[in-house]
Amino acid sequence: MKSPTAPAGTPPAANPPRRFTTLSGVPVEALYTAASLPPDFDFDRDVGRPGEPPYVRGIHPTMYRERLWTMRQFSGFASPEQTNERYRYLLSQGQTGLSVAFDLPTLMGYDSDHAMSEGEVGKCGVAIDSLEDMETLFRGIPLAEITTSMTINSPAAAIWAMFLVAAEKQGADWTRLSGTLQNDILKEYIAQKEFLFPPAPSMRLVVDTIEFGAQQAPRFNPVSISGYHIREAGSTALQELAFTLRDGMEYVEWSLRRGLAVDDFAPRLSFFFNAHSDFFEEIAKYRAARKLWRAVMTARYGAKNPRSAALRFHTQTAGVSLTAQQPYINVARVALQALAAVLGGTQSLHTNSLDEALALPTEAAATIALRTQQIIAHETGVTNTVDPLGGSYFLESMTLDMERGAREYFDRIDALGGMVAAVEKGFPQREIADAAYRYQQALETGEKVMVGVNAFAAEETPLPTLYIDESVRRRQTEKLQALRRRRNAAAAERALDALRRAAEGDANTMPALLDCVRAYCTLGEITAALRAVFGAYEEVAVM
Amino acid sequence: MTETARKIRVLVAKPGLDGHDRGAKVVARALRDAGMEVVYTGLRQTPEMIASAALQEDVDCIGLSILSGAHNAIVPRVMELLRAAGMNDVLVVVGGIVPPEDAEMLSREGVGAVFPPGSSLEAITAYIRSHVRPAPAAP
Repeated sequence: MKSPTAPAGTPPAANPPRRFTTLSGVPVEALYTAASLPPDFDFDRDVGRPGEPPYVRGIHPTMYRERLWTMRQFSGFASPEQTNERYRYLLSQGQTGLSVAFDLPTLMGYDSDHAMSEGEVGKCGVAIDSLEDMETLFRGIPLAEITTSMTINSPAAAIWAMFLVAAEKQGADWTRLSGTLQNDILKEYIAQKEFLFPPAPSMRLVVDTIEFGAQQAPRFNPVSISGYHIREAGSTALQELAFTLRDGMEYVEWSLRRGLAVDDFAPRLSFFFNAHSDFFEEIAKYRAARKLWRAVMTARYGAKNPRSAALRFHTQTAGVSLTAQQPYINVARVALQALAAVLGGTQSLHTNSLDEALALPTEAAATIALRTQQIIAHETGVTNTVDPLGGSYFLESMTLDMERGAREYFDRIDALGGMVAAVEKGFPQREIADAAYRYQQALETGEKVMVGVNAFAAEETPLPTLYIDESVRRRQTEKLQALRRRRNAAAAERALDALRRAAEGDANTMPALLDCVRAYCTLGEITAALRAVFGAYEEVAVM
Repeated sequence: MTETARKIRVLVAKPGLDGHDRGAKVVARALRDAGMEVVYTGLRQTPEMIASAALQEDVDCIGLSILSGAHNAIVPRVMELLRAAGMNDVLVVVGGIVPPEDAEMLSREGVGAVFPPGSSLEAITAYIRSHVRPAPAAP
């Protein structure tokens, strides 16, 4: 299939006069000097030192000199058996943490044999139907000795229960488990759209995991408040920053209303940002995020523990920036984006593979992506000193602009009644859709350039890509049928009944979810039990 | 009084479990700005819902946006339902991540065009304009 492109080798059409703006459309001056900063700007107060408030320069005094970021490649495809093999390979190649990508049926709480799962099983990630699959996924990988991140949202509490029981069966103590559950339902309503239940019961499930984690798995991050998907949906860098932090504030407020003390749970809230292509805009975003989070946690929520106010984050390079055209050039994009994340002080990093605009990555492509991080860490020298860009007039000015813009969004969202209310009114959705459309129009006119797409196109040969066939669904279905025959049906039914009763009441649902998992209830059965109590959410589509 | 030609009517649909709706929404807006009448279904439409909406809205074109890889299961089913409902003349285009061998299969099923990531709005609009069935003659 042919796609329309400019003639090979041509630079972009020069007709619109060149405007100097960031990727998000923010004007940029020709030169920044001391005069670009506000008259009352005080470096020691407004930027400070790394490891000290306001944390603009990083949350650790020594940053990467002491410890590199975690190289955590998001990975998962086809069956738990195949993904387990990929994990063992990545760990053997020097990857330092795991990150599980689940397939769409799992993300939406359907078993692989459900009618809605047709054509989707194992396509965008690994299929997990029950505890049995979770045990297979981590076979031979000691969960107490590695950190594991799981990208799961609406069914996050149930999937976490499966993970905790799988770890328990390996003999691991929950208090020793480290890792992260994405579990950020607000950005699902805003951007990624993998929601199941209405906002109120969904927020209750998130707070259940926050509370349970604080009590029983204190080294696990129960929520990864995510701007990544907001950005991928077309937001600006500022919108990504503002909506993500305001989502985080919403989780804090709901947890406080549950009766939790801020310093008992806030140190375990973590963040997840995008690393897009505008180098300095991204670095300014990460620095402003730390400053803002410190400010709201102390001033607005009264946090006393410094760790409650120190924003830790994972970064992934921008999937939307990858091109299907001339896919090898994506390696260069990813390297520059990853460098921005490192210069912005990230705690962990996923670098995208060059073939991800076409398919899930092959092993060869995933290896290049990991090697890209290793080159930044070990060859470029940027890890030798902390925040090497701190004090740049341009960067400090941009960081202040980001901070100011985010505070304006906070005020607007507060005026709408908070983030849940804003989501129900479609406010962030509309802001993002407008920004996405503006960017696409800028590409159409040539005002913004995507190399290989609207400029510098070239003939190319197809890349070998990973292909997932329908056999995964057949195998998962056979395993499900065998599991349902083998398990104690009465015990499974009793556990699901108890879950429904817990969901109807006010108690924390985690103990009932753990019992369901131990009785080998499937993810689909657990989700159906919750849906019977909570109902299903339908969004009003904002175009 | 002169009758202007009927506006081209397009159904933009998101089938399957995939929630990535950025592309569908951007394309829907672009087609609307280009003077077409656009109906956007929202997320998680089954092939049955899409065929039924296409019939009810009497559309000239259906744009299916799928980024999850489920196109081989979904698109042929939509085409089958359209044929069964006598809508053989409705132009169907697909946008999303579709490997070339799958795109050939979809073309054999009757899909007019597959627009991969990076396709321009102008190209999509122009394709639909030049490939929809001829507008019915003014009465």
